[in-house]
Amino acid sequence: MKKKVDAVIIGAGPAGMAAAVSLRENGIKNILLVDREPVAGGILQQCIHNGFGVHHFKEELTGPEYAERYIEQINKNKIDLWLDSCVIDIENNSKNSKTVVILSKERGISYITAKVVVLAMGCRERNRGNINIPGRRPAGIMTAGTAQKLVNIYGYLPGREVVILGSGDIGLIMARRMTWEGANVKAVIELQSYPGGLNRNIVQCLNDFNIPLYLSHTISNILGNNRIEAVEVSPLDENFEAIKSESFTLKCDTLLLSVGLIPENELSIKIGVKLDPVTRGACVDKNLMTNIPGIFSCGNVLQVHDLVDFVSEEAKNCGASAAKYINGKLEKSEEIPIRKGNLIRYVLPGKIEKGKPALLSLRPINPAENLYLVITTDTGVELFKRKYKNIFPSVMLRINIDIVPDDAEFIEIKFEK
Amino acid sequence: MTNKYDVIIIGAGVIGAAIARELSRYHLDVAVLEKEIDVSFGVSKANSGIIHGGFHAPPDTLKGKLVVPGNRKFDRLCEELDFPFERNGELMVAFSEDEIHTLQFYYDRGKKNNVPYLEIIGKERLLELEPNLNPDVECALYAPSAGVICPYEYCFALIENAKQNEVNVITGEKVIWLEKNGRKFDVKTEKGNKYSARYIVNAAGLFADEIARMVGITNFKIVPRKGEEYLLDRRVGKLVKRVIFPCPTKKSKGMLIIPTVDGPVMVGPTALDIEDKTDFSTTRDGLKTVFNHAQKLVPSIRATDAITSFVGLRPAATSNFSIITKLFSVIKSFAGIKSEYIDGDFILGRTAVSGFINAAGIQSPGLTASPIIAEYISDALLKDGLKLEKNPAFNPTRKRRVKHLRSILEKKDFFEVEKLVKENKKYSNLICRCENVTEAEIVDAIKMGHTTLDGIKFATRAGTGRCQAGFCTTRILDLIHRETGIPVEQITKKGQGSEIVLTPLRKGVV
Repeated sequence: MKKKVDAVIIGAGPAGMAAAVSLRENGIKNILLVDREPVAGGILQQCIHNGFGVHHFKEELTGPEYAERYIEQINKNKIDLWLDSCVIDIENNSKNSKTVVILSKERGISYITAKVVVLAMGCRERNRGNINIPGRRPAGIMTAGTAQKLVNIYGYLPGREVVILGSGDIGLIMARRMTWEGANVKAVIELQSYPGGLNRNIVQCLNDFNIPLYLSHTISNILGNNRIEAVEVSPLDENFEAIKSESFTLKCDTLLLSVGLIPENELSIKIGVKLDPVTRGACVDKNLMTNIPGIFSCGNVLQVHDLVDFVSEEAKNCGASAAKYINGKLEKSEEIPIRKGNLIRYVLPGKIEKGKPALLSLRPINPAENLYLVITTDTGVELFKRKYKNIFPSVMLRINIDIVPDDAEFIEIKFEK
Repeated sequence: MTNKYDVIIIGAGVIGAAIARELSRYHLDVAVLEKEIDVSFGVSKANSGIIHGGFHAPPDTLKGKLVVPGNRKFDRLCEELDFPFERNGELMVAFSEDEIHTLQFYYDRGKKNNVPYLEIIGKERLLELEPNLNPDVECALYAPSAGVICPYEYCFALIENAKQNEVNVITGEKVIWLEKNGRKFDVKTEKGNKYSARYIVNAAGLFADEIARMVGITNFKIVPRKGEEYLLDRRVGKLVKRVIFPCPTKKSKGMLIIPTVDGPVMVGPTALDIEDKTDFSTTRDGLKTVFNHAQKLVPSIRATDAITSFVGLRPAATSNFSIITKLFSVIKSFAGIKSEYIDGDFILGRTAVSGFINAAGIQSPGLTASPIIAEYISDALLKDGLKLEKNPAFNPTRKRRVKHLRSILEKKDFFEVEKLVKENKKYSNLICRCENVTEAEIVDAIKMGHTTLDGIKFATRAGTGRCQAGFCTTRILDLIHRETGIPVEQITKKGQGSEIVLTPLRKGVV
């Protein structure tokens, strides 16, 4: 099948759906939203806990409820949604023409020509191989997300005696979820000296259930031939080397991994989208457009967010820019780069326009106390200054900055005393 | 009830499978007993997949004698059995004067082993062939006849072809008792089943010494030699076209860079003699060693590109005699006593117990030699009195029933995909997104008897990609359940005891 549309959006999770709705609200009629799962909503569908939507909808929703709000808008706006459909190739024909090849369960192969493509593929979880946990290779080791899907969607408990490596949010949520389903969660082990997930999840998912959190520890060995039988836990020295003499063993039949998320940019790489080595997402301009004109990126495939609310907001902006691009109205004034100063792990976007205000997202390298975040131009103009009592890598900061003066060559962002 | 056979082969790894297929050419009742739940689940699953050129092994060993003839068989075998095989060549690279001498030594050895087209190539040509190699490299020994295959796909192909030709393959059947009674052997398995056969072929890999001991053969021991290997993300691309070896040192054979036949690059393996035949554990040290060595060969290799690691245990044979004589090595050399087997060599053929044939101690280059080992064993059976009468109905051809979507997508041949989908709708349902494996391929694997997650992984590559089955596990559980009716909580990773989930939490799910 061959088809011509204005925009193809890859991924019908929170980012893709919000981008689609935004494109429609900005007057774009011919939109195709594609997802490989049999239902829209992405990972939200397996996040049956609440806490979603506080910022965006001003009420607390569960993941599926949050997804449903957007699915309703997709349906109301009659946006074409292809499920069980996988993008297998993209080609950049020209500034205003991309060909997207889709393999769909229902339709077979389709060739879609689009003016813009919005990348909204989300991310995948880091797994055992990515972090090279030594030891045996028995069953019972899986990512926290896989366990979440097994418990919440399929209704199966992966195990009863559980150890969780990594204190990312999904791991913390699963500590509570597995406990509720009758499992004994013995410990959460974190490599860093601070937790990876949000503080509210530490309190609500670990502390409330007396689940111990071992900071600056790692799993130094996995035991068991068929099914995992135990893990060896070791404290770490300052060089992150396991102190084997102080290691101890925890018996378990399940090991869940919550050791970080990787934006799923395999398609992006295929078409030549430039990636940022820190975020592993695309390098984008203020309009969330990648280095390839007409290809946009938003949501967790661009940068891993803390809250879905911010994903929706970013995707909304992305949809608006994409609509302008389709209408040939995406004006571009002169751009200047943003330099990362003290304690800044990354900042997005990497460039901003002169003469315009901008929204920046950033994360610090490590936790710290009582620091000022300062944004200045090379000409010495202070654009932003605010004191933070505490900063954490797990908490993304979102900053609105004033209009950048015309004579600036770059701006610098840093934390200082 | 006793199941009577002419020949029982113990072990369905690459060697047992090759022997089974070879014997299926004749009018014989043959059974293969495999202790694991699927074939190729022992030593073979962790094989590096290299079809060696043949310059490593000394010419006076079985390894040295069988490697080149084995290599030659693969063109025809791959045509008959339809498994992927690429003759991409291998290079042993040298960085110093000393290493250049080593190359010369292996060049001479290779010539004695009849390795074809063997040559030593200079720096310029070498870097032209392999631009990603460390530019400090001086020269290399080049064997263009070497190649790569996927060891389990080869094993599955052999087994399927053997089955087509009436060989009975029984998995999950661990032999625990073996006795010679008159002219036949009686076999009992852990499940309590009884078998009998006039001939036994011992292809039990790591456990070949234990099987031999059951009939009183105690002159060799299998020492597991552990090797850790690391698989890199497909995204890294083919850093090298050929298999790259360093020069072996006295301490170690060194780490290899292997462009697998399926695409991704693999690095390793380590080599460490251990005691425990179940120790499939990776280690921090192994990781460091592998990547340090690999980076010396190809500097752009990164440990952070690893998507998974695994361990293989090579069944290295030592003669029990030599363990004793090692202690008295002086006496040995003066007295001129020769041990029955050369340490580390294959142990092939007839034994003191008539009718009991060994195919043991098969480590590198065992995969390469496997087609010739199979002929060697059938010849040993003939010499031991087995009548080999050709079966005119023997069909040497096995065809893959399904095409792999991945290889078609790599060629961007979307018309071919359209055609496939028209023939079989299941091709349009992508199950493993990292390796592009469809429902068609997975359902076929299930129908061929692969009903564990590992079995499906080996048969289709589903779950071998960068997400390491994070996304497709639940989908594959669904398909196994749908096709076989096995309750989800009974589906395993690799056999009993390795179940994926426990009890269902709610009724009416899936």
